[in-house]
Amino acid sequence: MNVHVAGSDVGTKTLAIVGALKGLEGPLLPILHEIQAEFGYVPQESLPVIAKELNLSRAEVHGVVTFYHDYRDHPAGRHVLKLCRAEACQSMGGDDIAERVKALLGIDFHQTTLDGAVTLEPVYCLGLCSCAPSAMLDGAVHGRLDADLAAELVAEARR
Amino acid sequence: MTVRLYVPRDAAALALGADRVAKRLADEAARRGLDVTIVRNGSRGMHWLEPLVEVETAAGRIAYGPVKPSDVPGLLDAGLTEGKAHPLCLGKTEEIPFLRNQTRLTFARCGVTDPLSLDDYKAHGGLLGLERAIAMAPADIVREVTDSGLRGRGGAGFPTGIKWKTVLEASGEKKYIVCNADEGDSGTFADRMIMEGDPFVLIEGMAIAGLATGATRGYIYTRSEYPHAIAAMSDAIDIARAAGILGPSVLGSGKAFDMEVRTGAGAYVCGEETALLNSLEGKRGVVRAKPPLPALQGFLGRPTVVNNVISLASVPVVLEKGAAHYRDFGMGRSRGTIPIQIAGNVKHGGLYETAFGLTLGEIVDAIGGGTATGRPVRAVQVGGPLGAYFPRALFDTPFDYEAFAAKDGLIGHAGITVFDDTVDMLKQARFAMEFCAVESCGKCTPCRIGSTRGVETADKIAQGIEPEKNRELLTDLCNTMKFGSLCALGGFTPYPVMSALTHFPEDFSPAPLAEAAE
Repeated sequence: MNVHVAGSDVGTKTLAIVGALKGLEGPLLPILHEIQAEFGYVPQESLPVIAKELNLSRAEVHGVVTFYHDYRDHPAGRHVLKLCRAEACQSMGGDDIAERVKALLGIDFHQTTLDGAVTLEPVYCLGLCSCAPSAMLDGAVHGRLDADLAAELVAEARR
Repeated sequence: MTVRLYVPRDAAALALGADRVAKRLADEAARRGLDVTIVRNGSRGMHWLEPLVEVETAAGRIAYGPVKPSDVPGLLDAGLTEGKAHPLCLGKTEEIPFLRNQTRLTFARCGVTDPLSLDDYKAHGGLLGLERAIAMAPADIVREVTDSGLRGRGGAGFPTGIKWKTVLEASGEKKYIVCNADEGDSGTFADRMIMEGDPFVLIEGMAIAGLATGATRGYIYTRSEYPHAIAAMSDAIDIARAAGILGPSVLGSGKAFDMEVRTGAGAYVCGEETALLNSLEGKRGVVRAKPPLPALQGFLGRPTVVNNVISLASVPVVLEKGAAHYRDFGMGRSRGTIPIQIAGNVKHGGLYETAFGLTLGEIVDAIGGGTATGRPVRAVQVGGPLGAYFPRALFDTPFDYEAFAAKDGLIGHAGITVFDDTVDMLKQARFAMEFCAVESCGKCTPCRIGSTRGVETADKIAQGIEPEKNRELLTDLCNTMKFGSLCALGGFTPYPVMSALTHFPEDFSPAPLAEAAE
């Protein structure tokens, strides 16, 4: 009997990921990280597969996925721009940079530009507090942002 | 003969263009036929000088910085590879006052060595602590750590040796060492720097903890916001395992210890040790009530040491040089050294490791050099988003766990965030409440509801709505959160809020709004 009815491709790939990692102590977060790396988000169809393989209820898996800020329920834009909003960045004008970036992109935090190019997200500390304000574009870090550098980052993300 | 050049791989250096500088150096050197080896070291901690390029000369290492890619041809023209003069030349690295005046015990190798070279690590005193521990009985290792006076560097300041003793004496088939590397506090980056700049010291510290307590498995739980630290740590673990430092017989001792890195998923509260353990087990990162202590029923219900990165990374030097050597630094009950992280609006930001006891004013004004904007310092937040805001009037407070507690503050993870006189302290108090609301795990009511009510109350004060009554309400809310919350998130959010209200009352009395026209 095939229990992975919905989205068979998601089901098959999820099963492979769970199979490779279920031997870990506390495997759920590593599994969810892998699934997000594979699909760009955590598809609903993957949850019952994970639950069954780890002998958890679907509600437990859902509860974990929704607890953590990192897991997405839909794909992000082609690029993800994270702006640090914590105190050290505030002290160096991070709030003004955030407003400028929002205006340049025409979106607010947690939104994606209409062309699907950029998702803008807040982050509470990248550990770059001695070179604030800071940002991360697709995993690459940037410090001492000013209006010009922020505009360059936006232009880079737009490409 | 090849000339060794150093360009840091630390994320702070990368954020300021270190990769582009390294590439330009490699390209230009090749074009000129120069024989150079570029080592990607950790950061020396002088972040206002990053990217800091160093060259090894017969006279020692000479530093240049901050270097932009476009500076590279000029530097090579001037004789960078021989350590010659240039406007960016800072002289001998070790002689730069910011570095020369430090006492580097935990960060002794950070920025000096190639983080992933085990030969470098050994050449600079690495593994001596572990080798000594192997020859000792577990209880003797624990006593050595207890005698050193080392206290938890994550913020709580609990004596590390006492925690280890509890785990050593706990019965259990399997025990764990869990390293709390979930460094989420704004203004802190010491954990990140050591993981990127000297990962072997953390591995060595965890292996010693394993030998001391009988734990055979270690986990480093770190943040998804730290991809460079995750990569460096994972590579270092592989190298250590291949060299027999980790595995079924640690350095041939016959005792097993192995470890891996686990990545969080963007939840600040997972820096709290019981929430961290739940997250590591694959659950929601919700705080657990204590007791039971994690030392007795921690990861998967088994005896577990949960220590901060810096606590564990300080263990090798304690074992190498002895408890007395470490204990001789510091003041009162705060023994040894502390890596102070100077951040925010500050001229000389970076990491400064020193014995406990400097005053806050010395750190901010003399070492940090005042603000980056050149305006007067108005407030400094010590200890991350849950730490108190200190006004200049309290700048004589010595950096010591008890002295800060006596001033209604905390050292926390030793991060200091500097603000100039443009800061609005009501806005900062509101942010503390907002942050708590965003990051609350939801388990206890004072934190979950109190933080949201706190944001609303701060907004009312800002709008001039019954300010006196709402200041009282805010104080009352803080009181409930402080004494009614399960963990430090709800329990310590009152520190920034109340310190802002107490020390900067003028910001909480905005001009009343003009009556709206009917």
